[in-house]
Order: sequence, then structure tokens, then C-alpha cells
Amino acid sequence: MFHSRIVVTLRTSILDPQGKAVEQGIHSLGYKGVENVRIGKLIELHVDTDLREEAERITREACQKLLANPVMEDFSFTLEKVNT
Amino acid sequence: MTKAKFGIVVFPGSNCDHDAHFVAGEIMGQQARFIWHKEGSLGDVDVVILPGGFSYGDYLRCGAIARFSPIMKDVVRFANEGGTVIGICNGFQILTEAGLLPGVLLRNRSLLFVCRYVHLRVENSDTRFTNQCSRGEVMEIPIAHGDGNYFVDDETLKRLEGNGQIVFRYCDKEGRVTEEANPNGAQANIAGIINESGNVLGLMPHPERASDPLLGHTDGQKIFRSMIHTIVAHEQYHGLETAERS
Repeated sequence: MFHSRIVVTLRTSILDPQGKAVEQGIHSLGYKGVENVRIGKLIELHVDTDLREEAERITREACQKLLANPVMEDFSFTLEKVNT
Repeated sequence: MTKAKFGIVVFPGSNCDHDAHFVAGEIMGQQARFIWHKEGSLGDVDVVILPGGFSYGDYLRCGAIARFSPIMKDVVRFANEGGTVIGICNGFQILTEAGLLPGVLLRNRSLLFVCRYVHLRVENSDTRFTNQCSRGEVMEIPIAHGDGNYFVDDETLKRLEGNGQIVFRYCDKEGRVTEEANPNGAQANIAGIINESGNVLGLMPHPERASDPLLGHTDGQKIFRSMIHTIVAHEQYHGLETAERS
């Protein structure tokens, strides 16, 4: 069994108004040096296989077909073997 | 008199399905039928409406889950065979997720849900959705969305412009396409586009909410009337052809 941790982020070319709003919030806390706040998504899932390549392939395909929209988002992920 | 057959797809979370059904059936006097998203086939329809709402609670991304509903396979087939498909608001989002229309609808630039009447300029009146409008005409139709900020890469945008695929733009009362008239940050003030073959329209504004005279605005009827005109004229033409042959 593999545990996938997938991070989906808006492409850097796309304005992220949520990130901007949060950045203002951080500034109003007094942390003036904080910038480039971007909001993304964290998705976790388990893939039932003992083969790392298989877990990687399935995770990548799920990202490409559903979890991220390539028009506006990029994705990355890490895999960790878990014992069941 | 031939009637156009409208099929309104109902997803879990659709909430403008009844409005669309009422306008097609009662206001426009055509045939209207709901199609549950779990059905495998659209059946005998002339127009498919993907209505507004919050299919699957907008989980993951607007329209991202709905595009995998069983009925969508047949919607894609119907569209690829040239059938008339109109996606309104959430329906537009589903069409982009399904790859039937280019681009994506991002979160509104203001981060606010915007629910009000807007002005739209008809950029192309030579479509099966706008043939009862005139080019440059200004219509008043409401929007109600949090994710209507149309975005597409520059190359595709150029292609959309060149092919006349941009059908509606947000404008002011006088028809000027300005930054102030843009309610959500959409690229080039885009409110609605068609695919290259011209049979699939996606738009953020709600024509079904501006069709019943009781509600005070009837500009939305023009979009319904255009679709009906296309279908009825087509059927009459083919009927004539058959009559001549026999």
C-alpha cells in the first residue's frame, strides 16, 4: 500500500485572488516581509499495490484526468509506503 | 407545428433545471424533459441543456465531478455529432471540464459571489443560439456565480476571436466593453463562447431567469427562440426535401 500526498497549485501565470487576500491578512498581522502567497490543495489517497511504479502511475493519471485541471493548475506528489 | 425537444440534464446539486424546463416547456411552448445524470442515453432530443447550480457541491473544482456522470458520455457523443448543447453557468463549467469548450472558469477576481443583472453584447449573431439577435445588440440578463472568471491561454484566445467563437461579452448599458462592466475579471470580458463547429454554447449569464415576462426581463427568450428557430427551420427544410422526393 502506498500513501500519496498530492499538492495542486494554481499555475504561476494565473492571478490568485485568494492568495492576495490572505497575503493582506498576514501583512495586517505585522509580517510585512511576507509575499507571493498562493493557495493550493492538498489531496491524500492510498493506492493498494506493493509496486512503487504502479502507485506512481495511478496517482499521476488521477491527477491528469481529474485532480488537477492542466489549463490552470500544476500538481506534484510524494509517495510513501505504508504497512497495512 | 413542429416542436423542439429540449432535454435538461439534472445532476445532484443542479438548481436551475426547473427554471430551464419551465421556460422551454411553458414559456416557449416546446417539449421539455428532465434527464437524470445516471441515465446512459439522452434519448430523442434536439437540444441538451446543462443547467446552472452546484453539481456535486462544486467539490474539487466546479463541474469537475459532474463531467464523469454517466450521462456525460452521451452528451459528448451528441455534441460530436453536431447536436445542440447549451451549458448555463455551472453547465458552462461542466462543458469546459469535459473538454467540449476551451478554457476554464476561475474564482471571481473579487472573490465575491456576484448575483445581479448585467449587460451583454452579442458579438456573433450568426449562431444557432443568437440568430434571433442582431450583432452588437445589448441584452440584459442576470448572472449568479462565484466562479465565472473565464481564462484561456493567449493562443486559444486569438483563435476564439478569429473564429467568432466569442458570442457574448460583458458591457455597459451602451454596449461598451469596459473594465468596469466586467463583473468577474473574465478575460476580454468573455461571458459566453461556442465551440469551433458552433453547436456547443457555454455562458455564465442565465437566460432562463430572464424569459418569463412576470419577472420583468425577457431578453433570455431570444436565446431560446434562436435555438428553436434553428431546429424547426431545419426540420421543415428536411420535411420539404422528403415531400419533393416522394
